[in-house]
Formats: sequence, C-alpha cells, structure tokens
Amino acid sequence: MTARKRKDGVAWRQSKEGRRVIGYVLTFALLIPLGIAFILPFFVMLSTALKPLNQVFAFPPRLIPETLQWENFADGWYGYGYVNFTTCTWNSLKITINNIIGNLVSCTLAAYAFARLKARGKNFFFAIVLATMLLPNEALVVPQYILFNKLGWLDTHLPLMVPPWFGWAFFIFLLRQFFLTIPEELVDAAKIDGAGHARILLQIFIPLSKPALATLAIFAFIGNWNNFFGPLLYLRTPDVQTLPVCLVQYQGAYGNTEWHLMMAVATIAVIPVLLIFIFGQRYFVEGIATSGVKR
Amino acid sequence: MLRRIRRPISPSAKREERIFYLFILPWLIGLVVFSIGPVFGMLGLSFTDWRISLDDLQFIGLDNYAKLFSDPIFWTSVGNTLYIVVGRVVFGVSFALLLAILLNQKVPGIAFFRAVYYLPTVTAGVAVALVWIWIFNPRLGILNYTLKQIGIQGPDWIFSKTWVKPSLIIMSMFSVGPIMIILLAGLQGVPKELYESAEIDGAGRWAKFRNVTLPMLSPVLFFVIIISVVSSFQNFTEIRVMTEGGPGESSNVLIWYLWENAFIFLQLGIAAAVAWIMFVILMVLTGIQFRVGRRWVYYEVDS
Repeated sequence: MTARKRKDGVAWRQSKEGRRVIGYVLTFALLIPLGIAFILPFFVMLSTALKPLNQVFAFPPRLIPETLQWENFADGWYGYGYVNFTTCTWNSLKITINNIIGNLVSCTLAAYAFARLKARGKNFFFAIVLATMLLPNEALVVPQYILFNKLGWLDTHLPLMVPPWFGWAFFIFLLRQFFLTIPEELVDAAKIDGAGHARILLQIFIPLSKPALATLAIFAFIGNWNNFFGPLLYLRTPDVQTLPVCLVQYQGAYGNTEWHLMMAVATIAVIPVLLIFIFGQRYFVEGIATSGVKR
Repeated sequence: MLRRIRRPISPSAKREERIFYLFILPWLIGLVVFSIGPVFGMLGLSFTDWRISLDDLQFIGLDNYAKLFSDPIFWTSVGNTLYIVVGRVVFGVSFALLLAILLNQKVPGIAFFRAVYYLPTVTAGVAVALVWIWIFNPRLGILNYTLKQIGIQGPDWIFSKTWVKPSLIIMSMFSVGPIMIILLAGLQGVPKELYESAEIDGAGRWAKFRNVTLPMLSPVLFFVIIISVVSSFQNFTEIRVMTEGGPGESSNVLIWYLWENAFIFLQLGIAAAVAWIMFVILMVLTGIQFRVGRRWVYYEVDS
C-alpha cells in the first residue's frame, strides 16, 4: 500500500508520513544555515585571535588560520602597558559576584512580601514595580552621576556595587511570579507549627525556588559581566576598570589596533559567559519564558 | 455622602503589614534614592544652566528645551532613534517569530539549536561589538567577502551614512534571544484543541497561522514589541564601540546624544532635558503596554 503510494509522488507528499518528512527537511534547511550564521561571529573572533597580525589583514579572509598562534592569548593579556587585564578581570569578578548576591537577597525579600503578605498599600507599590520594570537605567544616569559625585563615590566600585542591594523591579516581578506558584497549604502548615515569615521564607520558599533563583543569578551574572555603560561612566583610573572597558581601551590604545591580540582578549572575556550559559541554559530559557507569558 | 469606613485591623494583620514594609524596605529605599529622586532631580536640573558645578545654578526656565528643539542634531538623533526602533520592531520581531516557529517544530536536536540561537544574546557586549566591526569591514570583512562570492558588491556597512543604521539593525537581529524565547513559550501555550478544530474545518498551514496562532499570540507579540522598543533606546555599547554616532551624525541616537552632551560637551542641563524626554517616552510606552495592550490584544475569556 505504502509502496504503491510512494511511487506516486503527489500522493506520497500528501500522506502523513510524506508530510512529516518534508516538514523535517524544510525545518532543517532553515535551522542549520541560521545556526551557522549565529555561530559565525564567535568563529571570526576565535580565528582572528589565533592569527598572526599580517594574516588578519590578508585577502581573501581565511576563516581557518594557516598557523595557529596560541601565544596571542598570553601576549594580549600582558601586552598593553597600562591596560592590566588581570586587574580588570578581578574587578569584573568582584563586582559581578557582589551584585548577584545583593540582587538575590533584596529581591527575594521584596518578592516574598508582594507574593505572600497582606498589607494596605501593597497594590500601589506593586503597580510601581510593574511601572519601573521596563525602565532602563540609562534614562536615569545623569542625576545618578551627580548623586554619586556628591557622595564622593566616583572612581570607586560603589556606584556599581551598592544599588544592586536595593532590589530591581524586573527580578522582583519574576520571583514573585514564581513564589505565587508555591502551594498555600505548605505555608499554612508551617504557620501552625509556629513558624514566622523569616523561617517560612528561609525553609520553604528559598529551597523550593532554587531554579528561579538560579535563573536570576545567571541573568545577573551576564548583565553585570557585560555591563559597559556604568563602568565607563563612573570609573577613571586603570586600577578600578572592568573587563569591557579594558577591551575598548585596547581598541584605541595606539592608532593601529592590534586586532589579533584584541580578539584574543575578547575571547577570554566571553568564555565565562559562555560557560555559565551552557551549564545554566535550562534555567535561563525557563526564566525568560516566565517573564513574558505567565502574567 | 458615603464615608469610607476603615475596617479595624487585628494585631496579627498589623504585624504582617509591618513585616511587609520591612521586606520591601530595601527596594523602597532604592526606588526613592536611585530612581524617583533622580527623576525629579533631573526635571529640576533641566530648567537650569548647569554645566559642571552645582553651586551657582541659574534658573533659565525652558531655555534648555528651546535650545534642544532648535538643535538640528537633536532632531537627527530623534529620527535615527525612530529609524532603528522601527527597524528593530519590524525586522527583529518578525525574525524572532520565524526563529520561534522553527524552534517549535518537533524535530530531533531542537534544544541544541535553541541554545545556539540564544548564544549571541548572552555575549552581546563590547567583545562581540568589536568582532562586528571586523565583520562589517568593507574590504576585508567576511560579510562583503561572502557577498562577493555570490556576485554582490557589498556596501560600506557601518562606514557608510546610508548603511550604518541598517547595519546596526542587522547586528541586533543576532541578539533577539529573549523575545524569541518569549514567543516560543507563547507558541507552546496555544491550546492544541484550537489547531485540531481548525484542522477539522479544513484549515491549511497558513490559515491556521493566521486565524489561530496570531490571535492567540497577540498579547505576547505586543509585550515583545514593547520590549524591543525599550531596548532600542539602550543601544549604547554598539554606538560607543562601533560608530561613535558616525559617520557624520548618521548613527547619533538619543542615548548617544545624551552621553555626548552630558560627558563630552558637559552641557549637563541639556543632557538632563534629553534624559527627561527619554524617561517620559519610556513611561508612556510602559503605560501603553499595560493599558491599551489589554484592549486590542486577544485574551482568552475565562471564568
């Protein structure tokens, strides 16, 4: 039966199996080239990072270098007099870790309050959370700059490291959505046992919310690691710079950019984010999906 | 007249209220110190001739706004911002929808592709912006080389006044990850019964997409459009690293105009006025998301 149909192309194409196979082929015909396109920028970065300088400017451009010059990584890292990548990396790491912890602590508290506590004025404040959720910090940067200037915080890490301890609307919203899914009965049972809100939060909500908290931690890691605007604005001296600013200084260091070294350092800068993404992918995807759909 | 009667609250409810405010206190302080305070400070400063020192400020009323509105570069930057916003909404969102539909197919290995498609988003930053300068290089870049292989003479991309904005839009299409995932979740949330009954009515692929998927997806689509508009206002990194508003003023967007005035020309009063305008635009967009969005968007009737 099937064999006869398969000879007849039209019938086969319209059969269930035929449609499935055609669907597969069409899907992969799009999936694969797009996948290659998405990988390409990394590939260009890595291949440039491994070339000698004269091959960087060779035409036609070669995606795979003739010789692999691994020492570019070390040369890039130590190559520039006043740009110290070890210091920059350390600074980036310090700020990022502090900000993840600060965000998680402050946002967990607020999210619990919004999800589970009754109070007059709650709806009003939650409306403010929603209203400020989409507000990018860039719009507030001028007055914040004055504030930090007045406080004498310029050229220190404080303007970058203090605000995360004071919550962030987007994270509060995400976490509240997750907290709402935790069954009420668990809370009631704990209350009967005489647990206060601090204990309920610590012993029930936080253990049950590990995936959500992991999501936020990953978001915060990537956002802070890649943050360019803040450090560029608040930091001046080389000793306090973070990685993205160091990379840009490389660009203008001398008239001629040493692309191969810059790409080597750029590759190193991207690796932590890649690792975090690869290992935390599941949480990441779920977290973003929550932000848009379950509202 | 009816008087509003406050119900007396029990001691335990009162305690709960205190805990509520204790828990939101850090956020509340942050809101006042880092957001609301700055917003009003910014409004006040936009009426002064503030340059560097805050000590001898002169109140100059709407002069900054008048100067701003008569500055042709301001209008160029508004136009450029609008260009990029429209480009990112039209091309970025449709591209993200295409990707989401692809990722919603039941074929083996789809999780791998999902990760690959998301990858450029997480690494969006200085490092990758630097790579794109190289990709867009008119003579030696991989993009024009590839185009040449298929017989097309590529433009000068970010080095051309006409192509710099399309270039930035193309580059931004590589980091549509979040909206792609939100749309994918939206697609997966469409009830299967709707497709089944459409099939019974003899609907083809396109009819199903047009009459089931799109209406069901409209709230998500709307949300995604708002996010991509908002994020178009934040594209500072690319501009700073790749074009610095150039060539000429052709990629001077509002955020760059703000930056230049505040931290390069030290025209802080004017920068405050720009920031205030940006803030109002963003708040209006958020308002639209929460109000108008509800009206024309399809919502499932429940309860």
